[in-house]
Amino acid sequence: MAVTDRVRPATPSRQRRPQRPPEAVRRLAFSQRLSKWDVKLSPYLYISPFFVLFALTGLFPLLYTAWVSLHDWDFIGGQGTFTGLENYQFVLAQPFFWNALGNTFSIFVLSSVPQVVLALTIAAALDANLRARTFWRMGVLVPFVVAPVAVGLIFNNLYADQFGLVNELLKSVGLDPVRWHSDTLASHFAIATMVNFRWTGYNALIFLAAMQAIPRDLYEAATIDGAGRLRQFLSITVPMLRPTIIFVVITATIGGLQIFDEARVFDQYGLGGADRQWQTLTMYIWELGWGQRNFGRASAVAWLLFLLIVLISLANFLITRRIAHQGGRK
Amino acid sequence: MSTSSRIPPLERIAGGDAARGAARGLRRRGTRTGPGAGPRRPGFLTYGFLGAVVLGALFPLYWSLLIGSHDSTVLSRGVPLLPGGNFLANAAKVMDSIPFWKAMGNSILVSTVTAASVVLFSTLAGFAFAKLRFRGSKGLLVFVIATMAVPTQLGVVPLFIVMSEFGWTGSLWAVIVPGVVTAFGVFWMTQYLRDALPDELIEAVRMDGASMIQAFWYVALPAARPAAAMLALFTFVATWTNFFWPFIVLDPSNPTLPVALQLLQSAHFVDYSVVLTGAVLSTGPLLLLFVVAGRQLVSGIMQGAVKG
Repeated sequence: MAVTDRVRPATPSRQRRPQRPPEAVRRLAFSQRLSKWDVKLSPYLYISPFFVLFALTGLFPLLYTAWVSLHDWDFIGGQGTFTGLENYQFVLAQPFFWNALGNTFSIFVLSSVPQVVLALTIAAALDANLRARTFWRMGVLVPFVVAPVAVGLIFNNLYADQFGLVNELLKSVGLDPVRWHSDTLASHFAIATMVNFRWTGYNALIFLAAMQAIPRDLYEAATIDGAGRLRQFLSITVPMLRPTIIFVVITATIGGLQIFDEARVFDQYGLGGADRQWQTLTMYIWELGWGQRNFGRASAVAWLLFLLIVLISLANFLITRRIAHQGGRK
Repeated sequence: MSTSSRIPPLERIAGGDAARGAARGLRRRGTRTGPGAGPRRPGFLTYGFLGAVVLGALFPLYWSLLIGSHDSTVLSRGVPLLPGGNFLANAAKVMDSIPFWKAMGNSILVSTVTAASVVLFSTLAGFAFAKLRFRGSKGLLVFVIATMAVPTQLGVVPLFIVMSEFGWTGSLWAVIVPGVVTAFGVFWMTQYLRDALPDELIEAVRMDGASMIQAFWYVALPAARPAAAMLALFTFVATWTNFFWPFIVLDPSNPTLPVALQLLQSAHFVDYSVVLTGAVLSTGPLLLLFVVAGRQLVSGIMQGAVKG
């Protein structure tokens, strides 16, 4: 028994047995290795679409703008000779460039400052214990779904120099009509209204969300100390909202300095008025690149605007940090 | 075979639960009361102020309906107060002067495709950043967030050059491709999945032999549903209202709605009743969407949405 058991039937299985386990091990090892690669590589695979797309349609074009700006580069003819900083010299010598820079800043200031103040006020009102809360919140958000081009067309009509509703109202209360489409500052005001119209409610909801995160006992303590509602708003709400306000201001800056849509449709020619009263920098880029078909010069302006935005963002960051530190010391 | 048949029920029980739990969390946050919470109701002043703001938000839309329903001479006869009967005639003029239905179809197509792809790719990346461990994940996420502050719009000139090399100028691809995944989307889904998707759930399906992509498809994607719906909504609105790049790269014969809309005003003589009819017609679909899903937009913004 022992012998047969050992020798006879075992022979075939003995020959196989030493073979089988390695096979199984190898198969296990292979699937394990596959699973290990799955674990290791999958995350990179999953995040890669964003990075590939950003590299191809975001970062590369932005950097390549600098390269184009150093060349004679025609819309149709394509890349010409290397000209160094000539495009920059040309652009910086143009009154239209400085004009567009001034307009951009003017429209930006007129739209961002009142917008933040109004959005804070609306948020404070929405933060009260309202009836039909959702209705009010949705109501202030309606303009967000109206395209800036549509907003521009509507307000262009409201601000029409002749028979425009705003001027009719001014006349009816005995004031002189304003020449919205020829006075520089008036046109900036009109365009800033469009920006405010579209974004104030949106920002109010962001502020509202931040307000609701403020601990309620702060208000209770202030009430006991005898602080009124206005005092509570200025001494508790606004300081506690500082990070959110900074966030809103920074996003408004980056977007506001690139304003195009509303100003583009403020008249039917799209160049920013007879004397370029409301031509912004992005409109100027469009005029140089697609109007005059000079990609080199358009790129020079685009790159200058990019550097400007980077500088302002950096300044924003430094100021913010300083404020944050001061806040910490208090 | 056995794994794939075993995972779906698990997803339906646990993934759905996770999603539902998260949705409950959202609702709770949405109904939090203000500092005036308690018995005190705000006074007439608050309602009056908010009423004025909402009227101000709606008035320009009413105005365009008002002007759009009269003829071109209405304003010279004084400010109208009630809509007239000329809207359909003006609408017909809109259709005559611009390829309106083509633009509408294009806008629907571009916005839908962009919204769907942003949701898919952002959830995929958000799943990796929130739930998978890999070298450099923290730094890469910071990089993604930092790109939100980069004004990539200023790269239009080279982007246009590249698109014309590809022969894509005038084609909808030129508008769709640069938008198929956004930094904001990735950030948004990462934030959401971090809280809404329990690690144990992924471990459990991994133990059952699911691959990474199966774990994503059957567990992460269902759990991400509420946030994904909001992201789709925001992307849809942002794409629908986008003007600068479509205006540069598309032909007037094959436009999206905003590009077509500004063509109404490009003639020397502008008939504002026609222009504003166009504004009403092009805003209509989004207003409908707002009526259906405005609540979601509100809570999406309040959860920290930023400008796209």
